[in-house]
Amino acid sequence: MKQIDTRGLSCPQPVVLVLNELRNEKGEFEVLMDSEASCENVKRLLTKNNLKFETTENSEHIIYHVKR
Amino acid sequence: MKNFFSTKSGIIFVGAVIGILAAILQKLGNPPNMGLCIACFERDIAGALGLHRAGVVQYIRPEIIGLLLGSFLISFTFKEFKPRGGSSSIIRFSLGFFAMIGALVFLGCPWRAFLRLAGGDLNAIIGILGLIFGIFIGTVFIRKGYNLGRSTPTVQKAAGYIMPVIMVALLLMLVFQFKPIFFSEKGPGAMHAPLIISLIVGLIIGGLAQRSRFCTMGSIRDIIIVKDFHLFSGVVAFAISAFVMNLVFGQFNAGFAGQPVAHDLHLWNFLGMTLSGLAFALAGGCPGRQLILSGEGDTDASVFVLGMLGGAAFSHNFSMASSPKGIGTFGAYGTIIGIIFCLIIGFSMIQKRKI
Repeated sequence: MKQIDTRGLSCPQPVVLVLNELRNEKGEFEVLMDSEASCENVKRLLTKNNLKFETTENSEHIIYHVKR
Repeated sequence: MKNFFSTKSGIIFVGAVIGILAAILQKLGNPPNMGLCIACFERDIAGALGLHRAGVVQYIRPEIIGLLLGSFLISFTFKEFKPRGGSSSIIRFSLGFFAMIGALVFLGCPWRAFLRLAGGDLNAIIGILGLIFGIFIGTVFIRKGYNLGRSTPTVQKAAGYIMPVIMVALLLMLVFQFKPIFFSEKGPGAMHAPLIISLIVGLIIGGLAQRSRFCTMGSIRDIIIVKDFHLFSGVVAFAISAFVMNLVFGQFNAGFAGQPVAHDLHLWNFLGMTLSGLAFALAGGCPGRQLILSGEGDTDASVFVLGMLGGAAFSHNFSMASSPKGIGTFGAYGTIIGIIFCLIIGFSMIQKRKI
């Protein structure tokens, strides 16, 4: 599955990358994040676009699996 | 809810609290319409350390210490403290440097721009328009793929503790009135709320801002890029609560002329904040947010903060800072050079990716 790696990117890059994906692609994708702030921002964007996602978490990072 | 402060009600609550506390700090002795100002207060610290010798603006502001340490303590508690860095350090330093030059031409960071407005200083409207324009230019670069690159978790965890330790050192120098420190005897630098109250307010705001990601630049950027009004609702709450408290305390006085620690040269109020807004947008956060991130162990944000400190020193040493009499002799040059610098950085850091 296509993966968007936002680790280490500062605001607003994670949101911009996801927005880019939403506008230009159609399929499912995963977003890889390593900060709570990124998660909250990306979550807000996905929720606003009525998209559902599942969360996988480990000590290093968090992944949102976005369904479309 | 996992983190109340990241919700809409949460950010509004945080904004309102910061506005109320800022008005109270002014009531308790901080300079007029300057209950809180990250740029001015960092400038005062630069002066206290003798990095510039403008005698009226030298004081170790406990609010700055509190903000950073509050963020440090809270992020540590919630396991969000992560030493990290390595993303375009010298560029971030320079952006901080010029952001400060612009802020001192206008006379305030975005926090103070809203506080000035809340106190009736209508020049702030011009400044805020400049800020929006600067951020807008920044978003154009961001949409075209502007990016400062990734930070990486630092192997040497110690890196993340350097800023908190510096803050503790500053606090000790303040408490014990360390001899080499300069303290203003008159002017804005001599006006301050009691040390302990300033420190506690700083700690509270630092903690709240860390949990909520409060950011004035981000509030405008998010509207432009994603039409997201989340952060903006916090900033509005901030301005309104400060306005209401100013009415209560009799600190409101509407007009353009004769406003405290301000000038009414519209062009330079606009361009000064354009420069700052652009630099903040390119660096990813307003000065307040950069302090909060520094407390979380983000050494890239720390480099930006140090850049601001350096910018403050040069701003006064090179007569670029404004005063109530108007802009400094070389303020216009500093502003124009800063804007050109930011544009060059904006263009040169675009990677091939469009949005």
